[in-house]
Amino acid sequence: MTDNVLSSNQRVKLRTDSLNLFYGSFHALGDISMEIYDRSITAIIGPSGCGKSTLLRVFNRMNDLIPGVRVEGEVLLDDFSVYGKNTDVVSLRRKVGMVFQRPNVFPKSIYDNIAIGPRKHGIKRTRQLDEIVEHSLCQVALWGEVKDDLKKSGLELTPGQQQRLCIARAIAVEPDVILMDESCSALDPESTMKIEELMFSLVEKYTIIIVTHNMEQALRVSDMAAFLMIGQDRIGKLVEYGPTIGMFSSPKDKRTEDYITGRFG
Amino acid sequence: MKKFKEQLSGRVFFALALSSISALALITVFIIANGAPLIADVGVVKFIFGMEWAPSRGEFGIFPMVIGSVTVTLGAAVIGVPIGVCCSVFLAEFAPKAMSTIFRPAIQLLAGIPSVVYGFWGLIFVVPAVRNLFGGPGLSILTGSIILGVMILPTVISISEVSILALPRQYKEGALALGMTHWQTIYAVMIPAAKSGIVAAVILGIGRAIGETMAVIMVLGNAVSVPESILDPVRTLTTNIGIEMGYASGEHQQALFATGIVLFVAIMILNSFAQYITRRK
Repeated sequence: MTDNVLSSNQRVKLRTDSLNLFYGSFHALGDISMEIYDRSITAIIGPSGCGKSTLLRVFNRMNDLIPGVRVEGEVLLDDFSVYGKNTDVVSLRRKVGMVFQRPNVFPKSIYDNIAIGPRKHGIKRTRQLDEIVEHSLCQVALWGEVKDDLKKSGLELTPGQQQRLCIARAIAVEPDVILMDESCSALDPESTMKIEELMFSLVEKYTIIIVTHNMEQALRVSDMAAFLMIGQDRIGKLVEYGPTIGMFSSPKDKRTEDYITGRFG
Repeated sequence: MKKFKEQLSGRVFFALALSSISALALITVFIIANGAPLIADVGVVKFIFGMEWAPSRGEFGIFPMVIGSVTVTLGAAVIGVPIGVCCSVFLAEFAPKAMSTIFRPAIQLLAGIPSVVYGFWGLIFVVPAVRNLFGGPGLSILTGSIILGVMILPTVISISEVSILALPRQYKEGALALGMTHWQTIYAVMIPAAKSGIVAAVILGIGRAIGETMAVIMVLGNAVSVPESILDPVRTLTTNIGIEMGYASGEHQQALFATGIVLFVAIMILNSFAQYITRRK
């Protein structure tokens, strides 16, 4: 397990500055400023409907799919403006991969599920694709289980395996950041454990941001924790952000304490 | 009293439902009773693959009409399916809401135009156009295919569109999250995932094309011969019945019912295949 302590010289990978997000006239996220560190696991926690997933989907602009969404403020990936006028959303999403709540394996073979991303990004040579597939499956510890069934439909795997296949699919396009939107909530405890173990090995190469409802999980896996909550004005705000250990042992805000000790939410 | 009413209404509905089913049963039985003896007389193979259709001489081979139906239907598919599938993708994925709310009912309206109007339009506009552009009599497989290609559009479009819209949102999100473009997402993930619905749409469209009579009777030329090019006139199974039923009697009339059996079976096979594909998942 990680030591949950960040070295003080950790580089900032993602930064939001006075981020505001609106769905039409509904103000969903208000004034969120935070820095997410390179090669760390950041957990976004908070009660249902506080905008955790919305915040997560800011980083790969998945919210763009919802009509009427509007974002104000600055979001930077390294020095690259996520919401800049000339930003190419497609190349942004290559750098910021995502794993969803429910495994969304495509109705294709295991091999094609992983090869589809690299193929669309211009890799045509079979040998190279074979390598990527094997490497990606090895990284999610699925290679041993499926190496003889690569032609089998991905939908025939168990939900836990499917979710690991989705992670493999995400890393096959070599992103910098991986977003995980409650990616264990539909899985049994054993599969959840496997995916948590996976996060520890992936964090050596990738920056990981997770949304979770599970406080134990946040405490187990994350280096940094961001607590979001809806205020009196119905706007989702960042209440507290800091190293996870610190937040869970001595929360600075009363609301954080009430939430993580299970008094509401 | 209340209970009696409940029971009564149930029975009334049952009787009405039964009457529609029994209409189907009656027609089926009638066609088979009238057509089957002739097929038995001539022989199935000789009837379907016989080259000679000369009722006055007792020759009943429907092969030229089978070829006519197959070629015109395939032509309709070649013209209608790409347009229809592209249109459904456009409606499901690209069209702004205001546009699709106009497009959708407009396409349904295509299905509401009487087939005789299609035929008349084909005769007045498409036949001369084909004659002037490509030569030949104008009354041809190509002309029929164009008309039928348009006529199957509502079927192909609406069923394909429904199957694309019914895809879980997670497929699209998953593909976009991999850094695929919208178009890559559509052709590499969404269309393959909706494949069974689209194939069903195509089959039902083909079923509609095979069964169409009035529109094609007016533009096909109706010659009983195996065509050599798509500019030649042909006769389909349906138009064979439509043209000759007015004066046929005796064996000749039985042969037309037998033609009906062949059509009936072909369409049944197509429809059950479409159902099988959509249910397979």
